[in-house]
Amino acid sequence: MNVHTGRQPTPAESALVDAFVDRMGELPGDGEIASARDNAIEALKTQGLPSRRVEAWHYTDLRTLLRSVAAYDGAAGTNPLPPVIAGSAVAFVTNGVAVSAPRVEGVEFTKFSDKLSDGSVIRELAIRDGDDAIGQINAAYVTDGWAVTLADGLELEAPLELQNAQARGQGHVRFPVKIGKGVKATIIERQTGGEGEGFSTSVSNVTVADDAEITWIILREQGVDATQLAQFIATIGSNAKLTLYVVNAGGKLVRQEVHVLVKGEGSDFQLRGVNLLGGDSHTDVTMTLGHLVENTTSVQIMRNVVTDRARGVFQGQINVNKIAQKTDARMACNTLLLSDDGEFDAKPELEIFADDVACGHGATVTEIDGNHLFYLRARGIPENEARGLLIKAFVAEIVEELESEPLVEALEAILEKWLAEHV
Amino acid sequence: MLEIRNLHARIAEDGTEIIRGLNLTVKAGEVAAIMGPNGSGKSTLSYILAGRDDYEVTEGDILYNGESILELDPSERAAKGIFLAFQYPMEIPGVATMEFLKVALNSQRKARGEEPLKIPEFLSRVKTAASSLDMDIGMLKRPLNVGFSGGEKKRAEILQMKLLEPKLCVLDETDSGLDIDALKIVADGVNALRSPDRAVIVITHYQRLLDYIVPDSVHVLYKGQVIKSGDKDLALRLEENGYANIIGEAA
Repeated sequence: MNVHTGRQPTPAESALVDAFVDRMGELPGDGEIASARDNAIEALKTQGLPSRRVEAWHYTDLRTLLRSVAAYDGAAGTNPLPPVIAGSAVAFVTNGVAVSAPRVEGVEFTKFSDKLSDGSVIRELAIRDGDDAIGQINAAYVTDGWAVTLADGLELEAPLELQNAQARGQGHVRFPVKIGKGVKATIIERQTGGEGEGFSTSVSNVTVADDAEITWIILREQGVDATQLAQFIATIGSNAKLTLYVVNAGGKLVRQEVHVLVKGEGSDFQLRGVNLLGGDSHTDVTMTLGHLVENTTSVQIMRNVVTDRARGVFQGQINVNKIAQKTDARMACNTLLLSDDGEFDAKPELEIFADDVACGHGATVTEIDGNHLFYLRARGIPENEARGLLIKAFVAEIVEELESEPLVEALEAILEKWLAEHV
Repeated sequence: MLEIRNLHARIAEDGTEIIRGLNLTVKAGEVAAIMGPNGSGKSTLSYILAGRDDYEVTEGDILYNGESILELDPSERAAKGIFLAFQYPMEIPGVATMEFLKVALNSQRKARGEEPLKIPEFLSRVKTAASSLDMDIGMLKRPLNVGFSGGEKKRAEILQMKLLEPKLCVLDETDSGLDIDALKIVADGVNALRSPDRAVIVITHYQRLLDYIVPDSVHVLYKGQVIKSGDKDLALRLEENGYANIIGEAA
């Protein structure tokens, strides 16, 4: 497959490339869209999956980790789950098909498959760079999703839930979301799986216009045999605020990329990550963040709980443009290791070209404090429950920052469920 | 209520023996003071009673109401009514004080086969206990002990003791870090708990606390053994003459 080195393709690489011939007839879009797909698969064929030699994939050697790729299964569709927060408007996608969208005043939903068919989203399929394996796979195979537009000035009371269910088999979806000026909304991107072997990609491409205030929550609950590669791409206008939560609770192999450009002055980007990692899973959160203009701020805080033989990765790259004076960017990655066989790798990268900025980063790895544990047990709390309380305490700080009580409760419920299964 | 027989114990990690043949009996209704110089094993004894697994008992036994507790883990001992008021209460960020109190109380109730307390009943008990200790209920909205002053932490310990209603209270240097007003409040809190079916062990360096919590018996601990026992006058003599004489007598 790789003509330059004569390297034998891995079974997963072969499966990914070979399936294209079978699938191409069913993929929506022709003309430019079809050639974009061809180009993507060609790039994948030439380069293969990224290995540890590719810097951006150093800790997630996809070539080694992705041992097989689940085949398409036309019968893998499921019914929507009740929303995480009662009263949310749910747009549902399952097995790569956009099934249903809610009626919400000021919000327009269009099937991404329609936009592929009419060719209007050709720019959506652009590959970020040569190492963009997720972009390549998704551009080649994307079938559907929801394109969402939130009208200027819209203030949504109830959250919008984009629910993507891939119970088993293979699915590739996109959510281009255009957020108008001054919009205030909470959007929940819910990535759910099932028990079967699954392979999916999902790309959310979000533009946040001036003065908007958006909370975007990615909730990932995948089965033990599911691989999901996902991207969250955003640009932020002026005086806007984007708060992104990434909550990973499950999956065999997960990579969530976050690529954010802060393009307008006076804007703020917040990333909060909660990684709950157990079993033999591998979970990677990789962020690139560009501060492009003056007077912008950002804070990233990751809280990782690692047990069993799980491995986690956080790569955080902050790039401060030469003209982006007065940038204030902070990054912290804190890990609670519960087992000797767990591992977490954190890689901060600061690329600062402006001279009047405040940037900092830090990483910690800790175990459960024996003194804390004894104190709780001495008050009558059984050991397991006491450990649970301390683990919850470790992630509580960032969960409780959310101003919405139902959201805090929803995240705590996910945490409780994970604890019951893993600790 | 408590009978410690020829107890020997060492630090699990390095095998250093701390308790070397300790005998002590405390009856229901009794307030026993344990005094002794630094390094005599006072705090270690309190940890061993509470079940801390950093220490290994190598010989002897601890009987609580006639039964050995050596095989019980700390939460089981707590549910049976043993309470240790820590010398240095832990600050635990992220654990809400109220949540902690509720979980602790209901865990103990569950272990004893009792129903969990209903929220209003729980809240009213917390309020009553807090006001008797002159504690601001607002403090309890903070994470457990976080940002509490030394005195506030000690009060919080006594608050927990009041709520959990233990049968054997072990107070490890509860007077350290307290000013005289706080000392009085804490002592009043302990005295209010004195009852014929409850025993209290007060571990302290100084006679001062014993002016407020008057003990029925005083025991001097030295090199991991009780080398002298007496009534409250023994504490006064220690205050005047120091430990040297008694240590000399015992040797």
